[in-house]
Amino acid sequence: MQRAISLWHRSPALRGWALIAPTLIILIVMLVVPLCMLVAQSFWTQTGLVIDRTPGLQNYALLLAPEGAIYRTLLVKSLWISFVAAMVVLLFAFPVAYFIAFHVKRSRLTWILLVTVPFWISYLLRIFSWKIVLGFGGALNSGLMSLGLINAPIEALMYNQAAVVLTLAHSWSAFAVLPIYVSLQKIEPQVLEAAFDLGDSALQRLRRVILPLAMPGLLAAFLLVFVPTMGDYITPSLVGGTDGVMVGNAIATLFGKQNDAPLGAALAVATMGAVALVVAAILVAARASGLWRRRV
Amino acid sequence: MTSRGLTLYAVLYLAFIYAPILLLPVFSLNDNLFVTFPLKGLTTDWYAQMAENAPLGKALRSSLLIVGPVAIISTGLGLMAALALGRSPIRFKAAILGLLMVPLVVPTLVLGVSLLTLLRGVLGVQLSLATVAAGHVLLCLPYSVVILLARLDGFDRSLEEASLDLGQSAFATFRRITLPLMMPAIVASLLLCSVVSFDEFLLAFFLSGSDATLPLYIWGSLRFPAKLPSTLALGTCLLVFSICVVVLAEWVRRRGAPGSAAATGL
Repeated sequence: MQRAISLWHRSPALRGWALIAPTLIILIVMLVVPLCMLVAQSFWTQTGLVIDRTPGLQNYALLLAPEGAIYRTLLVKSLWISFVAAMVVLLFAFPVAYFIAFHVKRSRLTWILLVTVPFWISYLLRIFSWKIVLGFGGALNSGLMSLGLINAPIEALMYNQAAVVLTLAHSWSAFAVLPIYVSLQKIEPQVLEAAFDLGDSALQRLRRVILPLAMPGLLAAFLLVFVPTMGDYITPSLVGGTDGVMVGNAIATLFGKQNDAPLGAALAVATMGAVALVVAAILVAARASGLWRRRV
Repeated sequence: MTSRGLTLYAVLYLAFIYAPILLLPVFSLNDNLFVTFPLKGLTTDWYAQMAENAPLGKALRSSLLIVGPVAIISTGLGLMAALALGRSPIRFKAAILGLLMVPLVVPTLVLGVSLLTLLRGVLGVQLSLATVAAGHVLLCLPYSVVILLARLDGFDRSLEEASLDLGQSAFATFRRITLPLMMPAIVASLLLCSVVSFDEFLLAFFLSGSDATLPLYIWGSLRFPAKLPSTLALGTCLLVFSICVVVLAEWVRRRGAPGSAAATGL
């Protein structure tokens, strides 16, 4: 006992492990184990309420079989929607990050606060607000009609993929400005002056100096939007309609109403696998093009 | 692009970000069952309706019941983890930090269904507000650790070394030097974890039993057009609450951290 106490006083590493242990236990019990369980469950079968825990590949076989075409279509469509949404976010967010990093002098903290506050507003409410904007009898349609710009409500505003992309881009752009801003802020002014002195035009400087140096931030921002939105459930449910349905809806239905958790687990694992493949492909492409050398 | 063009773009960007959200308070005060322009007239009826709504009151109490424990547990664990990662010579720090950030990146839906599998399918735990709270702690931990670690890296370590050199024990140094210096970040973490828990919908959707939290109540009432205006009123209250708490948290954090160190935080 005496020795244990003196070891405790003499070993900062032991104290460190004791401090981090509760967090590690929570992460293992609530994150690592459940994700492993999800993978394990994807090899089970469920008929009605009875779960057969003999491992097998039947769920994955179903996803690859002709009957699974609906899930494959959903998966590809979700990849596409998330990819486009993430690109739109980069497009929207880059000029703002550029503006804050290079043009704002004194009120930077205020700008960053203004850009990040929406991130903390309830995700459900942010998506819900687009339902109000885009609805058939919603704000945009009724506003345009009362201004006399259109005669009848435009139906095509909501319940399609474009609405999902727009809503996702709006909700996640707060996530993108910060990493881009941080990487832009690290660029030394002398580098920009050198490009200018050597005769680069503003556009050339952006393409040849700023964008490559900002690439770690752009990649981080892309991934921070692309990966979580792939499994989004709220946005497609509220503004997606049948055209904008994503793989998350199918996973939720399989775990819920359809009562086939093992197939849902297999679909979730397949989704994460597809995301991992796309992310790996993008990182390899970025590295090959020489745009990205540092670790993100 | 010229400076003026960029400024204009940034202002338009903010308008794009804020305009849809600000429609909630606008229509919550509008004297019309439908969310259409032109606005008809000012009314507080929807707020009165909201205040009399019994299920809503119950959902509010459920949300408030878990917010405190979630914020305190997340911040407490986050503080211990930050001290371990920032001040002690343990190995695998990068791996641990990476694992901590996983809940931010994995789609919440996947977290929800896998936690559901573990709790219901394997452990046979009855779903309740406690399971929702446990899920929220997992979501709050990354924020708490990032905020606290940034503060720990931001102040002069020699203050702690001086205290140790003057014969104070490690615990006394923590209590009399580190803890006071960390206080702004601790308060900010408590506030932001409260906001995360109060607003969180998807984990609660999977992990709640019979008791609905406030976001679950909103989700349920979205299906009923007649309930829309009072849902807008409720949404407005949540909006005001979130914005006030987040601005307060930022203010506390920056007051404690003069200079630009706070600029790169979340």
